[in-house]
Amino acid sequence: MKIVVCVSTVPDSTTKIKVGGSGKSIDEAGVTFIINPYDEFAVEEAVQLKEKNTGEVIAVSFGTDRAKEGIKKAFQMGADKGILIKAASDDFDSYTVAKNLAAVIKDLSPDIVLFGKQSIDFDGLVVPKMTAEFLGMPSVNVVTKLELNGTDATIEREIEGGKETLKAKLPLVIGAQKGLNTPRYPNLKSIMASKSKPIEEKAAIDEPVKSSVLEMNLPAAKGQGKVFSDGAANVPELVRLLREEAKVI
Amino acid sequence: MSKILVFAETKDNVFKANAFEVVSAGKFLADKLGSEFAVITINDAGDEQIKALGKYGAAKVYQLSLNELNAKSGIADIKYSHGAFASAVSSFADANAYDVVLLSGTSFGREISPSIAAKTGSAIVPDVIDFIPEDGGVSFKRPAYAGKCYTKVKANGGKVVVTLRPNVLKAVENSADSAVEKISPDSVNISANDFSAYVSEVSVASGKLDVAEADIIVSGGRGLRGPENFHLVEELAGVLGAAVGASRAVVDAGWRPHGEQVGQTGKTVSPSLYVACGISGAIQHLAGMSSSKYIVAINKDKDAPIFQVADYGIVGDVFEVLPAMTEEIKKLKG
Ligand SMILES: Cc1cc2nc3c(=O)[nH]c(=O)nc-3n(C[C@H](O)[C@H](O)[C@H](O)COP(=O)(O)OP(=O)(O)OC[C@H]3O[C@@H](n4cnc5c(N)ncnc54)[C@H](O)[C@@H]3O)c2cc1C
Ligand SMILES: Nc1ncnc2c1ncn2[C@@H]1O[C@H](COP(=O)(O)O)[C@@H](O)[C@H]1O
Repeated sequence: MKIVVCVSTVPDSTTKIKVGGSGKSIDEAGVTFIINPYDEFAVEEAVQLKEKNTGEVIAVSFGTDRAKEGIKKAFQMGADKGILIKAASDDFDSYTVAKNLAAVIKDLSPDIVLFGKQSIDFDGLVVPKMTAEFLGMPSVNVVTKLELNGTDATIEREIEGGKETLKAKLPLVIGAQKGLNTPRYPNLKSIMASKSKPIEEKAAIDEPVKSSVLEMNLPAAKGQGKVFSDGAANVPELVRLLREEAKVI
Repeated sequence: MSKILVFAETKDNVFKANAFEVVSAGKFLADKLGSEFAVITINDAGDEQIKALGKYGAAKVYQLSLNELNAKSGIADIKYSHGAFASAVSSFADANAYDVVLLSGTSFGREISPSIAAKTGSAIVPDVIDFIPEDGGVSFKRPAYAGKCYTKVKANGGKVVVTLRPNVLKAVENSADSAVEKISPDSVNISANDFSAYVSEVSVASGKLDVAEADIIVSGGRGLRGPENFHLVEELAGVLGAAVGASRAVVDAGWRPHGEQVGQTGKTVSPSLYVACGISGAIQHLAGMSSSKYIVAINKDKDAPIFQVADYGIVGDVFEVLPAMTEEIKKLKG
């Protein structure tokens, strides 16, 4: 089975965000970059599929050199090969990413392509479905369950208050949501083995960006809230404020 | 930007509040930009239902029958296919030269919008919380880094697909007489490929309000000490007509279902009122709820970080404060 998993590299979720000098992106000083957390579910699923069906897992990322971080983590979890599509700069949008991923993935002729459902920097929920469209492959994002029976797939997708069950056939694109599986912790042996796995570099195709960030701002600091310290005795006052001042109940 | 197309979503042939929000937003943009605006909807709702969109300013509504669309698939157990929705909206937009497509950022809207953008060659701006009109055009405000910052994004000319975060831009009544025009599935570009992944079953816990859709949320954390105490949270939620939410700590512990988790790896919510009970306010939790309009914190530790984002708070024991709040609100609502 030929399995492709797309990984992105993002600031650690505990990063304190500061706006950088350009006013359009974050200040990267001191920021730790990690694999996008949802992509770990995608890599885990990819490796489990390989273990069940044999085959290979190829991790693909579009970005600057930093994007190797995500690929390396995928290696430690069991991916076999990596491809870095080298972006000339940090200035790209989801459309550029999806076009580039699709161009490279098409040549790999995979049976399945896995993504995280969402990157925690841009929070797009966009790239998996967009890439699938450019590949002409069926796709489902926010997936919590995937069952393959030959080339038939049964998929569960999380929606508000419940789930959808879908049917599709391979080749297929899946975006992983938490709940799909439990990502493994790489052991020392797999960490050592990962060091010799190759990352192939490819040039990006020139795709003009369709949208640009003009400004980045931190939320306005909240004024000091009204906090009472007498426990249940303050409840009538709190409820009055919610009704009369905030007018929310 | 010249022509705006709004996709209005229905569930079981009924419009949800989010559909009215996105129609109102379409009307607002059309007025600001002096452009045309129409609504497309795919369902078998009756004319009366469709005309309800008129109250929010939709003068023209195109309706495509879901039954007729599904009939194109030849699949017996189909409920709907996201691909067919995306193709129908895309080809309708292209054929009629709409260059802005607006959808609500529900799980359905977020699923079909990237396909629409790819098919129509449009920029995509997801999860928009505000429009910023400028120089005859418009930019979009959207959160990034899990709500830790906001960005102003502009489409670089050409077409754009936009999803709106639910519950942020409220529906505005803006009466118009709406004319409904049926469109045939033969007039839009649908192929067998559009059904290559399809939904055969939908299961939604009935009667339970989901955090992603609720206007008020009462959330519980590890301060509740065990699943057996969550009735305190449920009772307060009950009297407020609120949804129940949870921190990751209690979801991971198996006290509450994952669907209730609020935060970076759970749901992002922006209700009018968010009540955090026994939740410390870790940065990953704040990521999911800090854009709530009003935040109330109940925590026995006066230094808990949740108080830094709270508009109102009580330093106290949830086991005393929650029942007192439930009683007080019961009294108020008679
Ligand atoms: C990658 C990553 C993603 C994450 N994603 C999420 C996410 O999506 N959502 C999320 O919530 N967390 C997430 N977390 C976890 C987060 O860091 C915290 O661990 C979690 O939010 C803590 O949950 P809590 O507030 O319920 O528990 P605690 O931090 O243990 O806080 C319990 C609070 O209850 C108070 N308390 C105790 N007893 C009482 C009482 N009787 N009355 C009143 N107050 C009381 C305490 O003072 C304390 O403040 C994530 C972490 C990581 C690393
Ligand atoms: N630069 C990238 N390179 C490879 N995969 C990416 C990249 N950006 C996003 N993805 C994938 O697309 C998913 C969703 O990203 P997004 O649409 O940005 O929220 C991520 O979880 C990744 O799997």
